[in-house]
Amino acid sequence: MTDFFQALADPNLPFLRYALISGLLASIPFGIIGSFVVVRRISYIAGAISHCVLAGVGLGLYLQQAVGIAWFTPFIGAILAALLAAVILTVVSLHAKQREDSVIGALWAAGMAIGLLFIAKTPGYNDPMSYLFGNILLIGKSDLYFISILDIVVVTVVTIFYNKFLALCFDEEYARLRGLNTGLLYLALLCLTALTVVLLVRVVGIVMVIALLTLPAAIAGNFARNLWQMMLLAIVFCALFVFSGLWLSYSYDLPSGPVIIMIATALYLLVVGVLRKIRDH
Amino acid sequence: MQRIDPVTPIVQIDNLSFSYEQNSILTDVNLTIHNLDSICIVGPNGGGKTTLIKCILGLLTPDQGTVTVFGGSPEQAHLRMGYVPQYASFDPYFPISVMEVVCMGRLGGSISGKYSTRDKELATAALEKVDLLKYAAHSFAALSGGQRQRVLIARALATGCDLLILDEPTANIDHTAETRFFDLLSGFNEKMTILMVTHDVGFASTFFKRIACVNNKVVIHPTSELTGELIQNMYGGDLQMIRHDHRCGEGGHSHD
Repeated sequence: MTDFFQALADPNLPFLRYALISGLLASIPFGIIGSFVVVRRISYIAGAISHCVLAGVGLGLYLQQAVGIAWFTPFIGAILAALLAAVILTVVSLHAKQREDSVIGALWAAGMAIGLLFIAKTPGYNDPMSYLFGNILLIGKSDLYFISILDIVVVTVVTIFYNKFLALCFDEEYARLRGLNTGLLYLALLCLTALTVVLLVRVVGIVMVIALLTLPAAIAGNFARNLWQMMLLAIVFCALFVFSGLWLSYSYDLPSGPVIIMIATALYLLVVGVLRKIRDH
Repeated sequence: MQRIDPVTPIVQIDNLSFSYEQNSILTDVNLTIHNLDSICIVGPNGGGKTTLIKCILGLLTPDQGTVTVFGGSPEQAHLRMGYVPQYASFDPYFPISVMEVVCMGRLGGSISGKYSTRDKELATAALEKVDLLKYAAHSFAALSGGQRQRVLIARALATGCDLLILDEPTANIDHTAETRFFDLLSGFNEKMTILMVTHDVGFASTFFKRIACVNNKVVIHPTSELTGELIQNMYGGDLQMIRHDHRCGEGGHSHD
């Protein structure tokens, strides 16, 4: 068990330190945006955005390696694809309320399909596994900049417009009646979600994004009296999951993403079970 | 707060029609509401009650006809309307405090949505009016149905509205809470116009000045005209009803 802390201090193993620091810093947007996703009940929308990320990654790989556009990295592709998905989903939710879930499903699958087709046509061997299931140990120094910027953007925007976002999630119709531009607010919320999802993909991968976005917030929701308490608690839970997940995965030589998700799921089930017991008595 | 011109109607609806995916919900509706009026909107489910108030609130745009509120468009007037939506539409687990819900009635005053000291004072005063100030810091989810309803009324009052619009506010509360609710409402009616959707015609006859029967068309009656025949007509079918404020003798019936 002490190995993990020795490894953290080992100058020859910078990747472990980066993984831990980035995981803890990333817990901030995960907790904040995750709370919005849970209370507004848009986890399926976050899932669709996440699967669209593969289309951007595939496009990035293809443009870089087959076409030779060096600056168009998979990371830039991922951000563009996630933001585009956010715009499409906002438009759909504003104009096609009845068929929203069909569009979410279509976008979800099409994102994956486009990504896989681009990857298939990219010369050389490209393994989609690290995108699908994530690898926090691949996070480098440059990712830390992105995470820090995202931290600042999410915290600033949410702090300034907290009351408006709260109204949007609690009672959208009433917010509209008070003269709020709810369409624009919803777009802003989905764009912040999209950026957070790109970061989540690095940590736990496309397939498990929804779990790390929603489980800490869902657990926090059981103890919080209002939304900002829920956000703070979700950040703490998320950081705890990333830290303990990294520790366990390092100690037992297991992939980090699934370990983080299993810890989060186990605690969620425990909390739900214990609370039900308490309420029944 | 803006002064109310006694001549201009609070709400003026002319030839309004609204349909949803080829189904006509409201047809050729004309309605004039004057200051300090109190109107109860009754009618069968799907008859267009909620659609009518959403057109007045500017949340829905009619296909034909015009809606004028305080002499302008509903959008221009939205800060002068207090709205209490159907209570059932809320997520019962939403983490939000009572004070945060009431403060929402003050939103729209600033770009960021931050509440000023004045906003908080008005929200506090509104909570005081519905007798829930001691619950300000409590979780909205932890309150009873009747208390939550009063919080939503406080939110509408915090706007400083001249027109209060309520959609089925008594659907989820018990009889004691309902009696108390109407006491509260009659106090408000001295200063503001009230428009309320309800299923419950019983209370309507004692509190409201006029009744609007909405079933695709809108027909207005003074409350005194409310009879079994009228109710049967507006619900369009067999309806068993028992009135407790009537006494029937051989020479016809008389009111209490």
